[in-house]
Amino acid sequence: MASSSVSKGCFVFKPNFKKRKISVPIEEYFKKGKNESEDSKLRFETYHLIWQQMKSETEQLQEDLNKNLFNNLIEFLQKSHAGFQKSSGDWACQIKLKEIPTAALVLGVNVTDHDLIFRSLTEALHSNITPYVVSLQAKDCPDMKHFLQKLVSQLMDCSVDTKPKEGENVEVAQKKTHCSMESLSSWYMTVTQKTDPKMASKMRTTSSQWQSPPVVLILKDMESFTTKVLQDFITITSQHLHEFPLILIFGIATSPIIIHRLLPHAVSSLLCIELFQSLSCKEHLTTVLDKLLLTTQFPFKISEKVLQVLTNIFLYHDFSIQNFVKGLQLSLLEHFYSQPLSVLCCSLPEAKRRINFLSVNQCENIRRLPSFRRYVEKQASEKQIALLTNDRFLKEETQSLLEDLYIYHVNYFLVLRCLHNFTSSLPKYPLGRQIRELYCTCLEKNIWESEEYASALQLLRMLAKDELMTILQKCFKVFNSSSENQLGSTRKRIEEFLAQFQSLGDAKEEDASGSQPKELPKTDLYHLQKSLLEMKELRKSSKKQTKFEVLREKVVNFIDSLVREYLLPPETQPLHEVVYFSAAHTLREHLNAAPRIALHTALNNPYYYLKNEALNSEEGCIPNIAPDICIAYKLHLECSRLINLVDWSEAFATVVTAAEKMDVNSPASEEMNEIIHARFIRAVSELELLGFIKPTKRKTDHVARLTWGGC
Amino acid sequence: MSKLELKEDKMLEVQFVGDDDVLNHILDREGGTKLKKERAQLLVNPQKILKKQEYNVEEGDQEVLKDQNYVKVLGQNVQEPLKNGSATDGGNKVYSFQNRKHPEKMAKLASELAKTPRKSVSFSLKNDPEIISIPQSSKGHSASDRVQPENNDKNELQSTPPRSLRKRLIVPRSHSDSESEYSASNSEEDEGGAQESEEDTDASVLSQKIRAQSRVSAPVCKGTPSKKMKRDKSSNLVEEYFEAHSSSQVLTSDRTLQKLKRAALDQQTLRNLLSKVSPSFSAELTQLNQQHEKLFHKWMLQLHLGFNIVLYGLGSKRDLLERFRTTVLQDSVHVVINGFFPGISVKSILNSITEEVLDHRGTFRSPLDQLDWIVSRFKEDSSLELFLVIHNLDSQMLRGDKSQQMIGQLSSLRNIYLIASIDHLNAPLMWDHAKQSLYNWLWYETTTYSPYTEETSYESSLLVKQSGSLPLGALTHVLRSLTPNARGIFRLLMKYQLDKQEDPSYTGLSFQDFYQQCREAFLVNSDLTLRAQLTEFRDHRLIRTKKGADGVEYLLIPVDSATLINFLEEEEEA
Repeated sequence: MASSSVSKGCFVFKPNFKKRKISVPIEEYFKKGKNESEDSKLRFETYHLIWQQMKSETEQLQEDLNKNLFNNLIEFLQKSHAGFQKSSGDWACQIKLKEIPTAALVLGVNVTDHDLIFRSLTEALHSNITPYVVSLQAKDCPDMKHFLQKLVSQLMDCSVDTKPKEGENVEVAQKKTHCSMESLSSWYMTVTQKTDPKMASKMRTTSSQWQSPPVVLILKDMESFTTKVLQDFITITSQHLHEFPLILIFGIATSPIIIHRLLPHAVSSLLCIELFQSLSCKEHLTTVLDKLLLTTQFPFKISEKVLQVLTNIFLYHDFSIQNFVKGLQLSLLEHFYSQPLSVLCCSLPEAKRRINFLSVNQCENIRRLPSFRRYVEKQASEKQIALLTNDRFLKEETQSLLEDLYIYHVNYFLVLRCLHNFTSSLPKYPLGRQIRELYCTCLEKNIWESEEYASALQLLRMLAKDELMTILQKCFKVFNSSSENQLGSTRKRIEEFLAQFQSLGDAKEEDASGSQPKELPKTDLYHLQKSLLEMKELRKSSKKQTKFEVLREKVVNFIDSLVREYLLPPETQPLHEVVYFSAAHTLREHLNAAPRIALHTALNNPYYYLKNEALNSEEGCIPNIAPDICIAYKLHLECSRLINLVDWSEAFATVVTAAEKMDVNSPASEEMNEIIHARFIRAVSELELLGFIKPTKRKTDHVARLTWGGC
Repeated sequence: MSKLELKEDKMLEVQFVGDDDVLNHILDREGGTKLKKERAQLLVNPQKILKKQEYNVEEGDQEVLKDQNYVKVLGQNVQEPLKNGSATDGGNKVYSFQNRKHPEKMAKLASELAKTPRKSVSFSLKNDPEIISIPQSSKGHSASDRVQPENNDKNELQSTPPRSLRKRLIVPRSHSDSESEYSASNSEEDEGGAQESEEDTDASVLSQKIRAQSRVSAPVCKGTPSKKMKRDKSSNLVEEYFEAHSSSQVLTSDRTLQKLKRAALDQQTLRNLLSKVSPSFSAELTQLNQQHEKLFHKWMLQLHLGFNIVLYGLGSKRDLLERFRTTVLQDSVHVVINGFFPGISVKSILNSITEEVLDHRGTFRSPLDQLDWIVSRFKEDSSLELFLVIHNLDSQMLRGDKSQQMIGQLSSLRNIYLIASIDHLNAPLMWDHAKQSLYNWLWYETTTYSPYTEETSYESSLLVKQSGSLPLGALTHVLRSLTPNARGIFRLLMKYQLDKQEDPSYTGLSFQDFYQQCREAFLVNSDLTLRAQLTEFRDHRLIRTKKGADGVEYLLIPVDSATLINFLEEEEEA
């Protein structure tokens, strides 16, 4: 069972009893230790359920978001192919025939999400346009030959899908290494002619024009194709277009200008390009957040720090929705894995049911929750005792608390959206433009204590009537959309406000006509200043508000009261630990790790890992008893690009001897020296493995440093 | 204000020192802007500079006196350790490796090794800036070694980080001091420090004086950059980069390992020697390992949920992964891949999967086909499960783009679980976004501090004797079995090469010349026989032939000259 050898590097291990491995279900791994595995099975199942729901939700979301884009694309394809169909003797048509219809699909820099889009696009095309959809990646096509080979083999595969009996034929074709455009077009002719009667009978029912379906070629990453391959391919196919109806789709990550940079005019004039833009990934993120987190549909919530980490990774690293969802999955998993009470993190009725089956240990866990302890302290003394001693009473109380938590969330999101409606249109966006920013602030602290909130309110007090009304209408919609009638009174209030504003309209006009602007006599600067000051004084003393202003004030105060009542941070809620995941550091550790820093810390400050007091030292220097590699590393930091091995080894030896407090003069030291030298060799080769140094031939017995500076 | 003071002060020495002090003062209190002003003023005021020159001459004298003290101290050091034979390992001032936390320990060591007066040692306990140089010198235990690094520093004076570091140490001290320290060390004869840099190192009193004079305005100018450095030493990695790469020439000492009389160890002796070392901090290390081991179950869970796991952090993770393998993977099919194995390739990984895991007996046209086949097999049969354990995913052989792409594609399969370790500093650069999403990594930091024994054993290390080159034993063995004529031929080439060993441009002996020499020694009678002999040598890899630029064949023995000399000596004895 050894896994090291001088002759091979791969070792395959097969268990003796193949059946045994099946007996280990995944849930088993969910158990941490022996005792801590409270309800682990149930927890795992809940995790699985929620994750599946979330996943399908995001997939659904993706589909919905892309629907518009795909519809446009399909329309374009149909239109352009229609031109091919009616290729009569029309001269203009023939000119146009030389142009390959091309859709340039601008997808943004989040390359990792593209695969998903292309996959669903292929499906959509398959079902709507043509069975012949081929997608190629640049890495498969270093030159024209491979390009054509890939194209041909994939095309054949496509046709295999539609009519499997032709399998043998295809095999033969595939083995032909020589692929040319001629063979391709002749293949196309035979295929379409053969299938024509069948296809026609099938297709005619839906649409009569698809006698010869086009071939759609998707170039997934247009930027990374070599220009020559692209140019050649386009020139050649444009010659064959009349017998081989090709439609190109370019996947573009950067900007459409790249087409013209890659292709000279002579080539790009052969294309008939239409631009399609996918939804920006930020909007995508907003919808994902909206559907997954700002909702009571999923009981699982994340804390402010976690949300920050996830959005930061998204915004500053990759713009990838996929990674964001992965982060969400990880936090879900971590939550269910580490929090035994997460068993209650499910739909409310189910949670209530589960509470009844909680074990004694779990009850203790509830009592240990900080938020619950705070809650208990606020209760009357008898109730306190009951909560701490009587399990049944505790369970009942927990049920009601969970219900409160649920209601809290319902209200929370409604009010949050409402507030977002108010603040998202303010100048300079004091509370952020996106709802996620607002959500973050609200999660973090009492939002009404922040300066931004105060300034936002001030700005709200200056809104014009029509703006205010549209906002109120939006809020009304938000409240209407929720099926719960927790905030029914609020909805009514908003309705009343709206009505009042409506009625205000006429009254206000009268007001305006009544107060006619006084004409100021011509004056010099001094007098103007004086009069302005007077006016100011006047306004301060007798601030006569119009009806509108009064009403506006009311609305703002109303919103303010809503915020103060419902947007409490979740930490204030008892039992919030059950549904909130807050271990942001683990998330960052596992998703956005910093191996370089870890290496540097380990080498520079071994005390961080090895908690031995002897290693404890002040910043920037390490004690001489530190591990060999740390000492060698520290020494090498002092050198410039080249390091003399002899000097290095002597310096190393000095430190090590000093550490071992040996007497150099003693006769036994020769062996010690040998050993120290060996240790030095080991440290150096380890540093080489880590990539800090490399051997160099520029000077004998020197190594080159690969890093610079003190890091 | 300082200026006024300076002008009015009549004590010349005091003024000089005061100048510096005041500068430091200003620097500390008011930062750089004021300093610049001050410097400008200094430079503008010619009168003052003239005055200062005068002082400096005197100052210089005094410094020379101080220097002489230094030299005396050093001289003692020089003589002491040279007497005892083991001076080779003697100490060395360890760059900035000053253990300021435990000054007693270091001081004790210093007093042991170099017979420095106790006074200076106790000095060093205070954090007097000027003394920083003293522990350094007192730690220069043996002369040659003590001198060496100093020389080094001197040579590196150009513009390297060490210099800046050193400067940082030296700043508050008057510069003449530091300078004198350099020269003091340089005044010692050193066999290795032959390479002289811009300044002549004969620290004669005269030159010292001259330098002192020329240093008039130097203190200020020199002080600034170091001060600056101090202020933002952590920032500006960019600057450090350019500092390190500013000059194409890097100056280091010329010493070589050969002179150190410590023959390169081979792998076996190295291992033996290292086995005698008891690892320190074993308690802490086991604790670390236990922490990591607790995660095994979590890893399994996450692997099953579609993540792959990558381990990073200092220390070999091989043992950890082995333990993971033996504790939790015992009942499942798994493949262990030693990335550090020099012969590893994606092809061999794919082969072991197709042949041994999937029991497939066919061949594939290309690795891509093979990959496609594997992918389709795993997609078809969801009951198949495979764990890949890859040690050093970032090794030389696997770090290529194509290999990573393929391994990533494998790992993205739902029923292939990958757990890998990386060690290289820049390993994460292997993966772009696309690959990262294929891998779907979860990162785990597992710092173990365990030695990379297995990983480095294949590596052709710098100090370990290369197995590819011919060791002495093999050389003798092969030559014994040859005819006396053949041996003569080889010896001829060997001697020629040894004669030319000082010539760096020596590329080998041309075939025609060699033939001529062999003929003259009556070793061969035609160039065909010589060629036959050479073929034999080449088969045993005793010689290498190279075509020169002129198309002539050059012959070379790919063995270092030390071995050759040893061999010749042995031959003559026999």
